Amino acid sequence: MSVSLILEHLYIVFFSSLLSVAVGLLLGLLAYLFPKIRGLILRLVDLLQTIPALALLGIIMVFVGAGKATVITGITLYSLLPIVRNTCLGLEEVDPGVKEAARGMGMSKLYRTLFIELPLAFPTVFTGIRIAIVNAIGTAVFAAFVGGGGLGSIITRGIRIQKMSLVLAGTGALMAIAVIVDLLMGAFERGIRNPKAAGYRCWQCFLSVWSCCCPMEPAPPTATTF
Amino acid sequence: MIEFKNVCKSYGKSQILKNLSFTIGDGEFIVLIGPSGCGKTTTLKTINRLVEPDSGTICIDGKNIQEADKDDLRRHIGYVIQQIGLFPNMTVAQNICVVPKLLKYSKEKCSEIVSELLKMVNMEAYADKYPNQLSGGQQQRIGVLRALAASPPIVLMDEPFGALDPQTREVLQDEVKNLQKKLNKTFIFVTHDMDEALKLADRIFFMDDGQIVQMATPEEMLEHPATVRVESFLGKHTVGVTAPSKVEDYMRSNIQTMRKGRGVRECAERMARYNVDTLIISDNDGHYVGTVSIGDIRKWGRDLESIDPIIRNTTRTVRLGDDAKECFDYLLDAGESYVVVLREDDTIAGIVTKTSIAKSVAENLWENA
Repeated sequence: MSVSLILEHLYIVFFSSLLSVAVGLLLGLLAYLFPKIRGLILRLVDLLQTIPALALLGIIMVFVGAGKATVITGITLYSLLPIVRNTCLGLEEVDPGVKEAARGMGMSKLYRTLFIELPLAFPTVFTGIRIAIVNAIGTAVFAAFVGGGGLGSIITRGIRIQKMSLVLAGTGALMAIAVIVDLLMGAFERGIRNPKAAGYRCWQCFLSVWSCCCPMEPAPPTATTF
Repeated sequence: MIEFKNVCKSYGKSQILKNLSFTIGDGEFIVLIGPSGCGKTTTLKTINRLVEPDSGTICIDGKNIQEADKDDLRRHIGYVIQQIGLFPNMTVAQNICVVPKLLKYSKEKCSEIVSELLKMVNMEAYADKYPNQLSGGQQQRIGVLRALAASPPIVLMDEPFGALDPQTREVLQDEVKNLQKKLNKTFIFVTHDMDEALKLADRIFFMDDGQIVQMATPEEMLEHPATVRVESFLGKHTVGVTAPSKVEDYMRSNIQTMRKGRGVRECAERMARYNVDTLIISDNDGHYVGTVSIGDIRKWGRDLESIDPIIRNTTRTVRLGDDAKECFDYLLDAGESYVVVLREDDTIAGIVTKTSIAKSVAENLWENA
């Protein structure tokens, strides 16, 4: 097992999470801002979640072809549900008094959603993101089936040649990654929830943390050695 | 100046506002009051277009607000709500500056406004605190300051002190009234508390079932409540109702009486047991005879069998239905502690004492205080 496999896995998770956060937040915001299309959006992401991960990847592969693009698209779609749902829910549950005050003071709908309600809904929104990312780490295992690489390839190889140690090593690494990422995000969330860092600064932090841990695209794993 | 012309609003089948027309002058403190569901909050919210009327027009300084930009209109009207609604992720200073910032004031101007406003309520030290670090009363003070920050000519308040404890409420009422006078702004204030209305208002608009039942100064409303509903809302404050004036209204009827011819010891014991210094004495038919006091028993009681010789008949008596005022005057002027009230047939009805008067007056004023 090589470090490059782990990096490759992280690479898949990172970009799919980035995409799903971007798309998920947008869809969540749209669902909140336009109650008319809320039902449609929520039903759509629900539906996506009901497709088995492997089947979803297979379907996308038909259109995009094998490779990382397929995996990233698939995991992105698969991660949307918790992000969209929690964004919409978090925004809906902001104290109605605060909402009315914001409205009564003459903030436009978009302004108050972005600068008042979203920061206040942040804990709920971030919980959705956390669930999505930890899920994505597990789901990325299926990348191996559509030529995406990552830790999934160790596990599938282990299963094929019936070598328990390989399967365990792959799974162990996955679990470790999931736990570490979750802990990091938990710490990040606690930092954000400190009232002094909230508001605009919350977004600065969020973006800077993401850009810091943005890994370079790993070199395609050279003939892996087992 | 705010002018309502034939404003109507319905939700579904129920008509909330029925053809409202009124005018509010500059610098007036208007209180909208009425039972819940009467449309007072809806009326308030039509002014900053949080509620859009179905028909009719509302003009501010001659301009129809329907034609103005909603957000721009709201930025020039202060708004304070019962839930306070401070933004928990912003400091006190940032909260105050929300509207100035929306109106693109410079940073220097904003901080100037903050320090000036906080100074008015002696809260300079709180500029960098977060709302959850303040008490409810302090939060609502900031809520009021936030509404005043861009010095809007009109301030709307929707039961702003409803959730505060009575003491804090009174302090804030005083502060708001002072601010309004000092800044000479038009305040429109919704409440269901008549005390608050009487204290704050230049004019009170009493609403019931989507209509304004009475528009009057507090004095006028107290003197001539337009309907029974208004009167019941005014309750204890009304002066129009005549105060009870007969002696029986001030009488105490649970008194210690005794038949004449009884023993002195029995009499003394009775006084001790009920902790009174005088007994009212009646004959066998219940007719009033006189009184016996503890002083007389002490003086002569030792040598007597029956109380008859020490019964005095000097206490003033009045009849049921007599005017209470004479009774008061007598008690106050003569320094006597009580008068005896008799029925038509001379039987004893009760007594009127200074204490029983005070008690009845208190009950009248504060309803079973």
